[in-house]
Amino acid sequence: MAKRIDVSGLSAYYGGHKAIDDISMTVEPRSVTAFIGPSGCGKSTFLRTLNRMHEVTPGGRVEGKVLLDDENLYGSGVDPVAVRRTVGMVFQRPNPFPTMSIFDNVAAGLRLNGTHKKNELKDIVEKSLRGANLWNEVKDRLGKPGSGLSGGQQQRLCIARAIAVEPQVLLMDEPCSALDPISTLAIEDLIGELKERFTIVIVTHNMQQAARVSDRTAFFNLAAVGQPGKLVEIDETERIFSNPSVQATEDYISGRFG
Amino acid sequence: MTSATPTADVPPPPPRTDAPSAISGRAIRPGDRIFLGLSRGSGIALLVIMGAITAFLTYRSVIAISGDHANFFTTFDWNATGTEPKFGIAVLAFGTVVSSLIAMVIAVPVAVGIALFISHYAPRKLASPLGYVIDLLAAVPSIIYGLWGALFLVPHLTGLYSWLDDYLGWTGIFRYGDGAARSLFTVGILLAIMILPIVTSVSREVFLQVPRMHEEAALALGATRWEVIRMSVLPFGRSGIISASMLGLGRALGETMAVATVLSPSFLIGASLLDPGGGTFAQNIASKFNEADEFGRDALIASGLVLFVITLLVNGAARLIIARRKEYSGAAS
Amino acid sequence: MSDVMTDRRPRAEHPGGTPLPVSLRQARLPRWTPAALALVSAALGTGIGLVGGLDSRIQWGLIAALLFIGGTFALAAGVEGARQAKDRLATSLVWIAFLLAVVPLASLLWETVARGTTVLDGFFLSHSMGTLPDALPGGGIYHAIIGTLEQVGLATLIAAPLGLLTAVYLVEYGRGRLAKVVTFFVDVMTGIPSIVAGLFILSVWILILGFGPSGFAGSMALAILMMPVVVRSTEEMLKLVPNELREASLALGVPKWRTILKVVLPTSIGGITTGVMLAIARITGETAPVLLLVWGAKTINGNPFEGAQQSLPLYVFQQWQQGSDASYDRAWSAALVLIAFVMILNLVARGIARWKAPKTGR
Repeated sequence: MAKRIDVSGLSAYYGGHKAIDDISMTVEPRSVTAFIGPSGCGKSTFLRTLNRMHEVTPGGRVEGKVLLDDENLYGSGVDPVAVRRTVGMVFQRPNPFPTMSIFDNVAAGLRLNGTHKKNELKDIVEKSLRGANLWNEVKDRLGKPGSGLSGGQQQRLCIARAIAVEPQVLLMDEPCSALDPISTLAIEDLIGELKERFTIVIVTHNMQQAARVSDRTAFFNLAAVGQPGKLVEIDETERIFSNPSVQATEDYISGRFG
Repeated sequence: MTSATPTADVPPPPPRTDAPSAISGRAIRPGDRIFLGLSRGSGIALLVIMGAITAFLTYRSVIAISGDHANFFTTFDWNATGTEPKFGIAVLAFGTVVSSLIAMVIAVPVAVGIALFISHYAPRKLASPLGYVIDLLAAVPSIIYGLWGALFLVPHLTGLYSWLDDYLGWTGIFRYGDGAARSLFTVGILLAIMILPIVTSVSREVFLQVPRMHEEAALALGATRWEVIRMSVLPFGRSGIISASMLGLGRALGETMAVATVLSPSFLIGASLLDPGGGTFAQNIASKFNEADEFGRDALIASGLVLFVITLLVNGAARLIIARRKEYSGAAS
Repeated sequence: MSDVMTDRRPRAEHPGGTPLPVSLRQARLPRWTPAALALVSAALGTGIGLVGGLDSRIQWGLIAALLFIGGTFALAAGVEGARQAKDRLATSLVWIAFLLAVVPLASLLWETVARGTTVLDGFFLSHSMGTLPDALPGGGIYHAIIGTLEQVGLATLIAAPLGLLTAVYLVEYGRGRLAKVVTFFVDVMTGIPSIVAGLFILSVWILILGFGPSGFAGSMALAILMMPVVVRSTEEMLKLVPNELREASLALGVPKWRTILKVVLPTSIGGITTGVMLAIARITGETAPVLLLVWGAKTINGNPFEGAQQSLPLYVFQQWQQGSDASYDRAWSAALVLIAFVMILNLVARGIARWKAPKTGR
């Protein structure tokens, strides 16, 4: 179910502007990897290259390789649609489809992939909502619109929607930045459970969060505004937060900049 | 008004004094009062005009309808001169509704297609000039559409109509003799072409407003471009498309010159849409105006009032939908 | 499929060797397929049209379009699967909608330019019809240009200040019920068919007050059509003026009316001008009210307050009605002048909008 990601020599551009430069790293399966770094360092951009979402931004362009186990996501003949089906994503702001019910939101991806049988859908929707720790809160109002839920519930609904299609990898782009502390805690607990089944990559602005949820942490930085972002180092989370091997990481972690 | 204070006992300073004037100013200064009066007066003038339009059209219509020797709503004839005038709007109502409906059936899907083309399919460099061109086309005067329709479109449609007659003539609706193609169907096609720019431009506006995050939600689930459009763009834009269509419909209903040049009018309703004949409210007014005496003009005004009411209803419905959508998207965002 | 929680993809566990652990790779049609298919369908459409003896190009186009849609769908369904086929179907439909719209609109412009240039020259622009019989070539549109300029000018003089002040009222003062009612009726007014505006002036000015036809009567109807457009566009522009600017001025003790005149209006003047010009372009092409109220004339009448006048759109209509070759030529040429006038007005207006756009936007 979960897969290893091997990135080598990856750069991403917005038109003529280089947003990230020559990044190589390995993301272990069934673990949580956190990306931290100051604003504009390209961590979100990098995340979006991992499921080929970067190229839907006008002018977005990618160079380099991303291997999912052994297959290059950017190889010729690879269908970006199939990539995004395999690598799920949760966004910064909860974005359930506003015109769909809770049930339809979770079932949306399944229906796209050709699952239409009522019973089958019902089973998977329930499992996914349970998997997202949301089932008990919404089981009586599955037909109601998803936009009626609270922010934290909406975000878990989006997680349920993403895991319903059984992706290999789950990307999370600052999933808690729009949420209150209690909802944040719920999501963090959920991440801990989900890593049993998925490879998880999470971008976060919150260093405590990175320390709490992740197994490994990658620190991104940029030389100056307008310069491309670079990967400074990636290591065990404990090591990064206690004894990083690069001075800039320590400066950032101890709050000296960023 | 924010600068006004209720201390009225101090004499008003000349308007040119600076800083302290705010405290010593009268409740409303003369300049403010004049300006407010002027601008509010303009708003009221607009209301008065609207009221006058309704009142005077109704007044003249009452004169006309009370002098009508036939039922104004069900008569298939327009003979408003002589001692026993007989006229009715049955044919006109039929022709107006049918030609506008044909226009809608053709224009709305195509306009939605073009709007999607501009917002989601066209190469980015092409998209914004295209939107620009569409806006420009919305400005082409209707008489020019009429001239083009009568002298270019009509001769080019006869072939298509004979073809339709060969294969679909059995339906009755698509039966076609050998006359010029100056029929309600042609009018519908021409109206469709005329309202395309406005419907397109409103729909495109709505499609461009679809929040990026909704589209990305679909993309991240592994949706193809069409599936993204179906899951996030169309549901979001539905009310926008409806109101754009209604605005187009309002234009089609009231269009005068393009219909007057293309249609060969008659006061018979046939089953065939392709054969010449029929009429619309606006076209009838334009065609009959020159030969009408004073009572005849009142009769035309009466038919104009009906058109006025219909377009009001259609536009009102469109505005209502737009207003509802605003509330909806305001609450959801 | 009920066992989704368990791994039912043993392929994924295969170490290294075997490719395609999950189907990231999809059989894709080559990139040139749509273009090639379009060419083939166009050729086939033309061929069928020629062989079948279909004399209308419209039919050729429709056949080609159907072939293209069907071909793409079948090919994609065969090679890429149902979802991709649907996606391609949507893409080809959207492209065809675009072409379907481009063809008549391009033809309209092309015909107007091609046929309109035949008699368009200095003589045409500087002479009226005079006593020339309609079937004969010659004559011109001088009287129509004069008429249009005067009627549109008068209409603008009435509608622009009223519309502008109404917009100022709605944006700067309007809070209460009156403002809501006015807003609603501005919307209603936007939808009035031009012929109804003409009928209204006809009933009041000509039938009740007993005046004859005149350019001014037409101007009043045109002003009714123009007003709501000016209100709407001015309103939009005034709303764009940041509140901070107003507050800054009020905080300096400047009275509200001077704030509006010296700060708000100058800031949005570019947009307001654009709106007024677009509204002018809009009413310049109106024929129906002019037909009812100005009646048209063959000779020059410089006085818009007395007697029938001509106008460009009405001239086009009346020349078309004459039905002779010479009058068709004149109709097309007048149409070209009209379209050029409207387009230039539009382009200049949009140019101003871009040039004067508030710098806060981008």
